Amino acid sequence: MDAIILQILNGLDKGSAYALIALGLTLIFGTLGVVNFAHGALFVIGAFCAVTLNRIFSISFETIDPTKTDFLGNPATIKTTYLEHWFGPDPAAWMTDWSVPLAILLAVPVMLLVGVIMERGLIKHFYKRPHADQILVTFGLAIVLQEVIKFFYGANPIQMAPPEVFIGTMDLGVWLGFEANAIAYPYWRLVYFLFSAVVIGAVFAFLQFTTFGMVVRAGMADRETVGLLGIDIDKRFTITFAIAATVAGIAGVMYTPITPPTYDIGVELLVLSFVVVVVGGMGSLPGAVLAGFLLGIVESFASMNEVKNILPGIDQIIVYLMAIVVILVRPRGLMGRKGVMED
Amino acid sequence: MSNSILTRRSVLQTGAVAGAGLALPTILTAGSHSGYTNAPTGGTVTLGFNVPQTGAYADEGADELRAYELAVEHLNGGGDGGMMNTFSSNTLEGNGILGKKIQYVTGDTQTKSDAARASAKSMIEKDGAVMITGGSSSGVAIAVQGLCQEAGIIFMAGLTHSNDTTGKDKKANGFRHFFNGYMSAAALAPVLEARYGKDRNAYHLTADYTWGWTQEESIAAATEAMGWKTVNKVRTPLKATDFSSYIAPVLNSGADVLVLNHYGGNMVNSLTNAVQFGLRDKIVNNKNFEIVVPLYSRLMAKGAGANVKGIFGSTNWHWSLQDEGSKAFVKSFGTKYGFPPSQAAHTVYCQTLLYADACNRAGTFNPCGVGEALEGFEFDGLGNGKTLYRAEDHQCFKDVLVVKGKENPTSEFDLLEIVEVTPAAQVSYAPDHPMFAGGDLGACNPGA
Repeated sequence: MDAIILQILNGLDKGSAYALIALGLTLIFGTLGVVNFAHGALFVIGAFCAVTLNRIFSISFETIDPTKTDFLGNPATIKTTYLEHWFGPDPAAWMTDWSVPLAILLAVPVMLLVGVIMERGLIKHFYKRPHADQILVTFGLAIVLQEVIKFFYGANPIQMAPPEVFIGTMDLGVWLGFEANAIAYPYWRLVYFLFSAVVIGAVFAFLQFTTFGMVVRAGMADRETVGLLGIDIDKRFTITFAIAATVAGIAGVMYTPITPPTYDIGVELLVLSFVVVVVGGMGSLPGAVLAGFLLGIVESFASMNEVKNILPGIDQIIVYLMAIVVILVRPRGLMGRKGVMED
Repeated sequence: MSNSILTRRSVLQTGAVAGAGLALPTILTAGSHSGYTNAPTGGTVTLGFNVPQTGAYADEGADELRAYELAVEHLNGGGDGGMMNTFSSNTLEGNGILGKKIQYVTGDTQTKSDAARASAKSMIEKDGAVMITGGSSSGVAIAVQGLCQEAGIIFMAGLTHSNDTTGKDKKANGFRHFFNGYMSAAALAPVLEARYGKDRNAYHLTADYTWGWTQEESIAAATEAMGWKTVNKVRTPLKATDFSSYIAPVLNSGADVLVLNHYGGNMVNSLTNAVQFGLRDKIVNNKNFEIVVPLYSRLMAKGAGANVKGIFGSTNWHWSLQDEGSKAFVKSFGTKYGFPPSQAAHTVYCQTLLYADACNRAGTFNPCGVGEALEGFEFDGLGNGKTLYRAEDHQCFKDVLVVKGKENPTSEFDLLEIVEVTPAAQVSYAPDHPMFAGGDLGACNPGA
């Protein structure tokens, strides 16, 4: 039983990342009608905002320490960060320790800007082009962004630590009546799950309870009519694109302590998120969230040895199998609107 | 009745055409004069460096390329000569190979077998490379080794640790300086026994490809032989980035040791996840839970950060070794690039020197002559102590380093500490050992 609960928690955690990316994808598809294959790259840009802030905090000046030697036997150079030099050791240590959550402050304006530039500079030229063209251009853009990141940060994973207070595990088993340490789950993964829930809730509230959201929802339902009412729907959609980019970006920031970021992490997440969108229903925001968590949990269970012993390799294909079944049985997805993808 | 008249002009024309036609096959197979593929003509010889320049192992590939450039510089008489000065063989005099200046071409393996074969093929057919070397993956090494065998080219393997490279997939034209999974296990097992005892339950997470399989087989056999029980062996997809769903079952499996048969990004991620889940803080069966990483590299340790502290593993070479060869190499490399070389850089630098020396001793670039010179060759001064290139399988036998993640690193490079230098005799095995059985070295192929 404890193993099952652990896998459910893992699934919810993975599902959080899928849901956040799929939410943005769905928002863009629903509003702009664009299939954005560069959305995974937006997640990566967010993740590397966290790496960048950490590097900025690490910028240092060197002094020679004649009492020590480097690997070649020359006098060693000692590095002191400017952060420490300007603010003192304790504030510098605190800022470095909290660099991942603080990176959200950097990521939000960066992602909004990236989103606007991407939409105005490239995507808008493809609104009326076939989906195949949109996929080609956004996929090409994703490759370019990926290679740019690799050029600056290299190909190896970069270790990012959560704040020290969130290192370690929480003994959830005791709360649920199990023996001590039966279900110990990392604090940061719980933080990520809660963070995702808050972001998803905020996006839904924004769309549901603001005038801007109402216009966007109306535009998703009938773009032409909204335009005829004199509303500049294009401007709204640009902002929506930027918001979707920001959601993906901050999802990437907070994910860095879970899996050390690499330049190509977006590709895998993007493919899975597309499956999530298809399973949830193209254009359905609740569907994207539901399918994200559902696929995360299913994928986690498929990784269990008990399952793999019966169906070897199932962990690698389960998500795609589910997508095939959904497409065959219910082409519009779990919560898709009737008629969408059913032509 | 024929009107044809034989004139001097027509005889000459016909003769010239016929002569050119007969000579054409010989002209097109440039090396065939010498009886082997890509025989160098003129004053230069071309080597092909096939390394991952993109993909997951690009950083290791970049370090390999630096070492190749350094080796070429030294062999052509530039720089301080590096390990040429400490190498026990004295045929390398800084005048290239057999008096021909070395030039090189590079290819990108992308850590994909098909891409690696394509780039090697291009370097052989278009650039005229007489030797191919490199790689940071066993899957790639085995694929390129097979290609070189067919093409009649010597393959000097780079970083490849699967038993299969010089086991069931060994080839007469292929040579490996790097150690293998069996050797890692043979070196690690006694150290693990001394530190963690004989009564342990091990859980294996293994990368699902040739290297992972042979590493798992080797370490499981070695630890079981000393009394450990294997609780479970779980294969993980090579492309996996989040290992939480594979780590979670370890928690309540009864295992008190987790063996991560992962390399590169896989290892960084799985170790990070294992530490996140608090495995290292757990007490199981009244023992501290331990993690073992059979194959370490400094670049991996850098990626894993503080998570590697206190974790045992093995490595082919480390820059902190104090023998004359290692010191000379670290000095050359460190002075040129500003940081110490990785084990990948070391092994490819050695391979380039060993190839050049073999050509010089054989007096030819013919793969069969070079192979013969390498087979059974004993040498010293290249950083691993006395080393034998065994004739039966083309595997180098040398000391193996058991290392541990350093508790208090003094610099960004000071990540691993050497715990033990395991003598070559302790990691040697018979050529027909079951873990290496099933292959046939075959005969050398000179191509052409």
